[in-house]
Amino acid sequence: MSDTHSQTAFVRTEVLPEAPPPVYEQGIVKWLRENLFSSVANTILTLAAIWAVYYLATATGPWILNGVWTTSSLTECRDVLQGDVGACFSVLAERWNQLLFGFKYPDELYWRPLLAFALLFVALGPLLFFKVFPRKFLALTAVYPFLAFYLIWGGTIMVPVFALLGFVVGIIVYRRLVLQSAAMGLLGAVIAAFAFWYATGFITGPMANFLALEPVPSRDMGGFMLNMMLGVICVSLSLPIGILLALGRQSNMPIIKWISVVFIEFIRGVPLITLLFVANVVLAYFLPPESSLDLILRVIIMITMFASAYIAEVIRGGLAALPKGQYEAADSLGLDYAQSMQLIILPQALKISIPGIVNVSVGLFKDTTLVSVISMFDLVGMIRGPILGASEWNGVYWELFGFAALLFFVVCYSISQYSQWLERQLQTDHR
Amino acid sequence: MKTSVFFAAMTAAGLSAGAAAAGTLDDVKARGTLNCGVTTGLVGFAAPNANGEWEGFDVAVCRAVAAAVLSDPTAIEFVPTTGKTRFTALASGEIDMLARNTTWTFTRDVDLKFEFTGVNYYDGQGFMVPKALGVSSAKELDGATVCIQTGTTTELNLADFFRKNNMDYEPVPIETNAESQQQYLAGACDVYTTDRSGLAATRASFENPEEHAILPETISKEPLGPLVRHGDHEWGDVVRWTLNALIAAEELGVTSANIEELAKGTNRPEVNRLLGTEGTLGEMLGLDKDWAKRAIMVGGNYGELFAKNIGESTPIGLARGLNAQWTDGGLLYAPPFR
Repeated sequence: MSDTHSQTAFVRTEVLPEAPPPVYEQGIVKWLRENLFSSVANTILTLAAIWAVYYLATATGPWILNGVWTTSSLTECRDVLQGDVGACFSVLAERWNQLLFGFKYPDELYWRPLLAFALLFVALGPLLFFKVFPRKFLALTAVYPFLAFYLIWGGTIMVPVFALLGFVVGIIVYRRLVLQSAAMGLLGAVIAAFAFWYATGFITGPMANFLALEPVPSRDMGGFMLNMMLGVICVSLSLPIGILLALGRQSNMPIIKWISVVFIEFIRGVPLITLLFVANVVLAYFLPPESSLDLILRVIIMITMFASAYIAEVIRGGLAALPKGQYEAADSLGLDYAQSMQLIILPQALKISIPGIVNVSVGLFKDTTLVSVISMFDLVGMIRGPILGASEWNGVYWELFGFAALLFFVVCYSISQYSQWLERQLQTDHR
Repeated sequence: MKTSVFFAAMTAAGLSAGAAAAGTLDDVKARGTLNCGVTTGLVGFAAPNANGEWEGFDVAVCRAVAAAVLSDPTAIEFVPTTGKTRFTALASGEIDMLARNTTWTFTRDVDLKFEFTGVNYYDGQGFMVPKALGVSSAKELDGATVCIQTGTTTELNLADFFRKNNMDYEPVPIETNAESQQQYLAGACDVYTTDRSGLAATRASFENPEEHAILPETISKEPLGPLVRHGDHEWGDVVRWTLNALIAAEELGVTSANIEELAKGTNRPEVNRLLGTEGTLGEMLGLDKDWAKRAIMVGGNYGELFAKNIGESTPIGLARGLNAQWTDGGLLYAPPFR
């Protein structure tokens, strides 16, 4: 048995080197196989998608690459292109300022809305990324609306200052009265703020030139600036109002409950376009012709009412999703209504409602283009009216509406990405 | 052109509550600006240019009135209106006059309580077809597919025309002019019908306008003109006679080039009365004697305004047609300045 070994033809004395995996099990080929061609149906879908992308690229590629940027009318564009496929982007170049600011905002003042726009990010930062910034920075956010008003509309600085102080007065009164009852605190705060504004109205009149920027009437505003203004103002106003309405609808006090229910159901039952017509047309009869309540303000009120009714229902959904135990826990800790809402109920309910609120906000932002129907020159209004109504540019559709779509896409996609990030940040579920 | 019964009814109802204040002329003078309602943008008739200044054939009427009343053709607050908001804007007093290619109809004049102060453009509904179709008359359109804006009087006119001529058609309903241009070019319909001025402007925007023809038939009457609120006749007279002054100036050969010279006095009494060197016509209107001179100097007489904004040398290229002076076989006929 001793020479058994010698009879063995071959003995491996070392471990085989690792062979590379088969070519179809590694790298891009594996990825393609697994993701694009894993089954017959997937293969068909992949091929169809490739065809669609190719088709779109060959259809739009030359059109965009051949685009003309420097002519002064559609006819000249066509002369330059000599029958080739190509876009006439000159309209964007020539009417760039009009598309962004409307056709009447004085061009030497463009820096003001631009500055307000830049500051918007400064103001939104602490609010949106509250984990990154210390709480103190929220003061910036609180001051921003008044600063933006001052920049965009101009006029004396006293108007936004007093408006801000009115809110401060309201908050002080609320703090005092909320210990007795939440509803009383709110009511007292509203009354105090309005009384303050009314009283200071007598002071701002004579001080109209104190630290005044050149005033710009709101009918001179337009373009994408108007969409942004309406969107930002109405979303930020409708969120607190929506919360109040949602709480009001769940209240045990019949008057508050029924006011909320009637408001929400009435506003939700009416199309936005109808409300806009009411703002523009019907109110014109009830207000004197020289009324100070200008169109943009009427439209802001209407869109805010509309959005807050929807947000109220979204938040009510969030409130309803909370287990009853949460309410009872708040009660058992001896918290009063305002405290239990602020500390326990709303933080949870709002977190649940984020997708719904974002949904309403994105929809609302796009709905701001409806104001073009009541002859306001927002981005779409500028395109449909003045620009397509100019004999040089009549007939340019794809370039203009594509540009509008691009602007809206950028904003809406950012909002949607942010909200997904926010949901991940607030994720506390046990999964 | 386009009527919305609902808004018409609302306008009429609102009038009773509305502030149809008398004395618009005094209001305008006191305010120092004229609130003039225009369209949000229509090729050749009214649109802001790249510098944000309004220009166009309807805008010219506003400018002439502002020049006559306020001596300043730029002292105007242009209030853009849509087809749906224009009448309420006027009835509620938001605007002093409306110059927005609005068709003079019985109901608008009588039922909505407005006062049309004349006609600055005689329009009418027409048809546009591709030349490749080989059609030379609207009577040959039996069985055609027609692009038509819904909810407009053009839709009703079309139905009447085809019924009267015992023909069939297939309507392709569309919402806006922009949409119809795309549909027509894409071949979704054989024929596009709207007002002839609109057809001309649409055709001018095509890549190959010479491949499309506007058929000779005009199947409706669309007299477009400025209007004011009913009941304020002093103001109505100012707008009416400013328009008439532009028309008469063309008839009398007064142009922006020779007006300074003619205003020194001529041996033609009507020219003298128009330009204020004789008579007291301006005072009768509540204005000064140079009112018509200022109105004409803004952009010239009717013919010059037509040529500059929508005439044959512009991309729109409208012929004078019905809008020629009565002496040239058209319908323009300004009453005498006497």
